[in-house]
Amino acid sequence: MGYNWNWGVLLQPVATGEAATYLGWILHGLLLTAALTLSAWLLALFVGTAFGILRAWPSRLCDAVGATYVSLFRNVPLIVQFFIWFFVVPEVLPTAVGDWIKSITPSTQVFIVSVLALGFFTGARICEQVRAGIAALPDGQVQAAQALGLTRLQTFRLVLLPQCFRRILPPLTSEFLIISKNSAVASTIGLLELSGQARQLVDFTAQPYESFIVVTLAYIGLNVVILRLMEWIQRRSRLPGMMGA
Amino acid sequence: MFALDWDSIVAARNVIGAGVAVTLQVTLVAIAGGIVGGAVLAICAVSGRRSLQLFAKFYVALFRAVPLVMLLLWFFLIVPQVLRTFFGLSPSIDIRLVSAMVAFVLLESAFFAEIIRAGILGLSKGQFEAAAALGMTRYQTMRLVILPQAFRAMLPIMLTQCIVIFQDTSLVYVISLGDFFRNTVSIGERDGTLVPMLLLAGAAYWAICSGLSGLVRVLQNRAAA
Repeated sequence: MGYNWNWGVLLQPVATGEAATYLGWILHGLLLTAALTLSAWLLALFVGTAFGILRAWPSRLCDAVGATYVSLFRNVPLIVQFFIWFFVVPEVLPTAVGDWIKSITPSTQVFIVSVLALGFFTGARICEQVRAGIAALPDGQVQAAQALGLTRLQTFRLVLLPQCFRRILPPLTSEFLIISKNSAVASTIGLLELSGQARQLVDFTAQPYESFIVVTLAYIGLNVVILRLMEWIQRRSRLPGMMGA
Repeated sequence: MFALDWDSIVAARNVIGAGVAVTLQVTLVAIAGGIVGGAVLAICAVSGRRSLQLFAKFYVALFRAVPLVMLLLWFFLIVPQVLRTFFGLSPSIDIRLVSAMVAFVLLESAFFAEIIRAGILGLSKGQFEAAAALGMTRYQTMRLVILPQAFRAMLPIMLTQCIVIFQDTSLVYVISLGDFFRNTVSIGERDGTLVPMLLLAGAAYWAICSGLSGLVRVLQNRAAA
């Protein structure tokens, strides 16, 4: 196939006049992907835990609220959620808030929207893990906490959640891996993370293979780093007899 | 702004219908091809042959490490060239559709391989030994004893994966293939009704996927009972 390989193009200065090379753009994309992954995971952890507590709370209404959240965010494709956060949500909010959002620098705006979309999407999965993690604890834990005079909130905060998190740590860390890959969807609303840069480079350099190969290797590298990190965290936090296998 | 203009949707029914057809085609091809490819990979993974095991392991790791968006971009780059070089590209085929199908079949093979492998390894060793005692060949053991049981055990997970695939096909947006979602967005942009069209698309996906996952839950409970 008559393809002219030209790896040198990656080290050429970019055509926009910025002081950067195309490889520099890819590295910037990698940083954005990493920042997006980390921020979205933290948000997902917070949202997922909050709704997970709602689902485990002994109240029909709370459970229904949590179940509705999970149903909405698990049964709509991620790209549709990205578009709704980006195009619909600013219109639904009060005009003043919507105008304020539109006044933010576009690149910041797209990043925040991406964190929200990925965070709430993944939060629905974490919510179910938290709920299952709490449900797996023996009833005696709640009874003992009540016997000690702990309030319901204290029971969750001091007794149930700490044990639950130890148990669900492996799935929680694999969500981190999943977010790093799902973050590529952010390129559809214009965030120049790794895959966004890959597409941009095709337009600028007309050397698609070089840019795709470098970006793919960057994703694989990120994957390996996250896997190592997961193993380390799981080793650090292992308690005898608590982690199952 | 939120008033859904039903007339404009009715007027656009052909475009949306064509999109639905694309979504369904990609989904069905991905499921069928993915199950076949996944079964082959899973058999490689549990076969005693070291080279086959390594191949399956490498394949699954590679495809699971790369985001679907990148895979779609890759295959939209490669598939047309391959078609042109080896098959003499016929102008009648939709390159985007074929590229998306190839990308999905190869990716879902990796996911189904993991599901099927887990299903096979979940069976007790006695099944293999009993089949061997009956004088079955390896192939007969797989076809008559192992795979039928493994498939039954993993049916709920496979169905859930099918729902995930149906949702993921919306990502063909990145190669401008006009599936249900892309066409809905296009009409919304053309008519200035992007907000209601997006909500409509979301509602449609939600209704279908939550209906299907409800069905999976019923099946699961019936199997457990």
